[in-house]
Amino acid sequence: MNMTLHTLSVLVEDKPGVLTRVAGLFAARGFNIDSLAVGPTSDDGLSRMTIVVQVDRKPLEQITKQLNKLINVIKIIEHDEGDAVERELMLVKVRAASDDRQRVMEIATVFRVNVVDVTHSTLTLEATGKPEKLEALVELLNDFGVIELSRTGRIALARGDRGIREKTNRARVAAAGADDWNGGGV
Amino acid sequence: MKVTGAQALFKSLEGEGVDTIFGIPGGAILPAYDPLIEANIRHVLCRHEQGAGHAAEGYAWASGKVGVALATSGPGGCNLVTALADAKMDSVPIVAITGQVPTPVVGNDAFQEADICGITMPITKHNYLVKDANLIAETIREAFHIASTGRPGPVLVDIPKDVLLQEFTWNWPESVDLPGYKPTTKGNLRQVRSAARMIMESKRPVLYVGGGVIKANASAELFKLATEGRLPLTTTLMARGAFPDTHELALGMPGMHGGYTAVTAMQKADLLVALGSRFDDRVTGQLSTFAPNAKVIHVDIDPAEIGKNRNADIPIVGDAREVIANLHAELLRQQEEAGGIPDRSEWFAQLEEWKTTFPFRYDQPVDGPLKPQFAIERLYEATKGEAIVVAGVGQHQMWASQFWKFTEPRTWINSGGLGTMGFAVPAALGAAAARPDKRVVAIDGDGCFQMTAQELATSRTENIPFVTAIINNAHLGMVRQWQELFYEERYSQVYLSYDVPDYVKLAEAYGAVGLRAEHPDEVDAVVEKALSITDRSVVIDFRVDSREMCFPMVPAGASNDDIIVGPEGLRRTNDPAEAPVA
Repeated sequence: MNMTLHTLSVLVEDKPGVLTRVAGLFAARGFNIDSLAVGPTSDDGLSRMTIVVQVDRKPLEQITKQLNKLINVIKIIEHDEGDAVERELMLVKVRAASDDRQRVMEIATVFRVNVVDVTHSTLTLEATGKPEKLEALVELLNDFGVIELSRTGRIALARGDRGIREKTNRARVAAAGADDWNGGGV
Repeated sequence: MKVTGAQALFKSLEGEGVDTIFGIPGGAILPAYDPLIEANIRHVLCRHEQGAGHAAEGYAWASGKVGVALATSGPGGCNLVTALADAKMDSVPIVAITGQVPTPVVGNDAFQEADICGITMPITKHNYLVKDANLIAETIREAFHIASTGRPGPVLVDIPKDVLLQEFTWNWPESVDLPGYKPTTKGNLRQVRSAARMIMESKRPVLYVGGGVIKANASAELFKLATEGRLPLTTTLMARGAFPDTHELALGMPGMHGGYTAVTAMQKADLLVALGSRFDDRVTGQLSTFAPNAKVIHVDIDPAEIGKNRNADIPIVGDAREVIANLHAELLRQQEEAGGIPDRSEWFAQLEEWKTTFPFRYDQPVDGPLKPQFAIERLYEATKGEAIVVAGVGQHQMWASQFWKFTEPRTWINSGGLGTMGFAVPAALGAAAARPDKRVVAIDGDGCFQMTAQELATSRTENIPFVTAIINNAHLGMVRQWQELFYEERYSQVYLSYDVPDYVKLAEAYGAVGLRAEHPDEVDAVVEKALSITDRSVVIDFRVDSREMCFPMVPAGASNDDIIVGPEGLRRTNDPAEAPVA
């Protein structure tokens, strides 16, 4: 098996149930979503989801086609590795009493991480970055004791000057045998 | 003009050209049933919501229009679930409208509340919960647009009771705007040219015609393509009638119980031109050994079907009718350029030999027992093939498809993808409501019949007559066949009995005419009697040989190369590990 991580950006209409429809489609076909982040966009009435999924190439193609059939889904692009800016936000509460406090602060400085809450025995850090950076940070903080953490899941934008609506999905154009693929549903 | 949500619902349905709906009232949908009295729409009062759902499907199959079902909240909607799933699998355009508990108590476990949008999300093409009456007209327009365009399918519209009662100013939207729904109908012409070239180069081509051709009303275009390009074709269970079975180019139905010629022609083909078909497992058998030497041209309106099961050498996304017309024109041009149709006499000789050697066959002993195929053939002869045939699911469905010769689209209606037992009677009701000019014959199994027989009451009270021929073998016949072949004849829970219920008496209780034939020599008289009755429904109890099995057969999971043409080819296995997987 050649299961790899894929990042999809999905532009959707902001309608009730759209998250359930998208998530349900992955579940119905037996795929686990690694992370899913949703938020509003600069267009009124449109939301953007970033979905990270571990799946083979062929089932991924099938699932993007099925996703595209959802009436509320407007556009899907898959981000090629290195071709997108990817970020994630994490809040992490770590034990940091007496001696440890200084060492945690040093790590925070190295990682350019903000301290957003302080108690006598803990620090809460706000970290932004690529997923690998956050994982490295957690790894170091584990030495002191991580009490809890929360991550937003990955968000991504393609590099370059074009937005999601102008980008063509080459794989799907080929699959459709179409010159211009308008990306509509079926 | 001030209207209520319920009035707006019917104004919208009228605006969509709806003439017939199938439904049952109940608490949450009550407000809709009041303006229905004034509406210019026929409501067929069914006896079960599943019946209403299948009737809407039968109506859609027979007419090509969108079928409509109306039900209340909770159990009403839940009873529609099977019909919606059936319509999704077979791409049948229906719109289901359900009442919902009032908005303030949605999510409150109110009486007869069910989250029907949540329940039907994976089995509808789309669904809506309408929270404001101002959105009713727009939603109904969208629902009909989505159900009937692109790859057709079911759409559910759930309307809470207070929204049905809400007063507002009527407004009919002139157009539908769905930014995320723009089906591609026009095929890429460069691909069409390549496809025609591939056909010209092919020595052993087969057109593999699926239900999409019926949905797209593309039979006339298909006829031109096949006859003027001299291309033999198979019509799947979903495509029966898309091309006349009586034509010399017709190879019949492929698949698990398809004809030897159809199955083997596809296995040996060097080119499959898939037109609105989806390489379903019942057609391909074991996928890895299916049509191993064939290149594939795949035409479908749904891009997700292309490459799903079998890679396409030339994919074309588009409406079957448009693409087939383009392909026909392009093929003629290339044929003219090449000075004629390529010589494929060897291939046609081979096909002819298979047709002669391996026709569908059965043996009807003069003094019985009555064979199911004989009953179906006699029925076919007596109707001169001019009826609309509706089938349930199982052996009788396969025999009906095998022994009826279909010559027109929309004269064969059945449950293909979902395999819904109980489909036939209510779907026949819907078909008869859509086509009062046509004789409608349901060929049903005894197991299927009892799942939805209550719609015979609807048939009587609504005066929508049709004939139901029960192929009564006293068993869940297809399951019995599998137990005989693959489970050492250990019959488990498949016996139903010939005479419980007494189908003749049951028919009479429903106000239909009940007839029975137990011996071959009774068949013609009974069929003639049945067809002479036009003012009410008729149920024929054909008591047939319960040991008769359906052949040819490709066991599930086996290669189509291993087709078993008759009982003599059987290799019974006593090893459960060798038993096929359903």
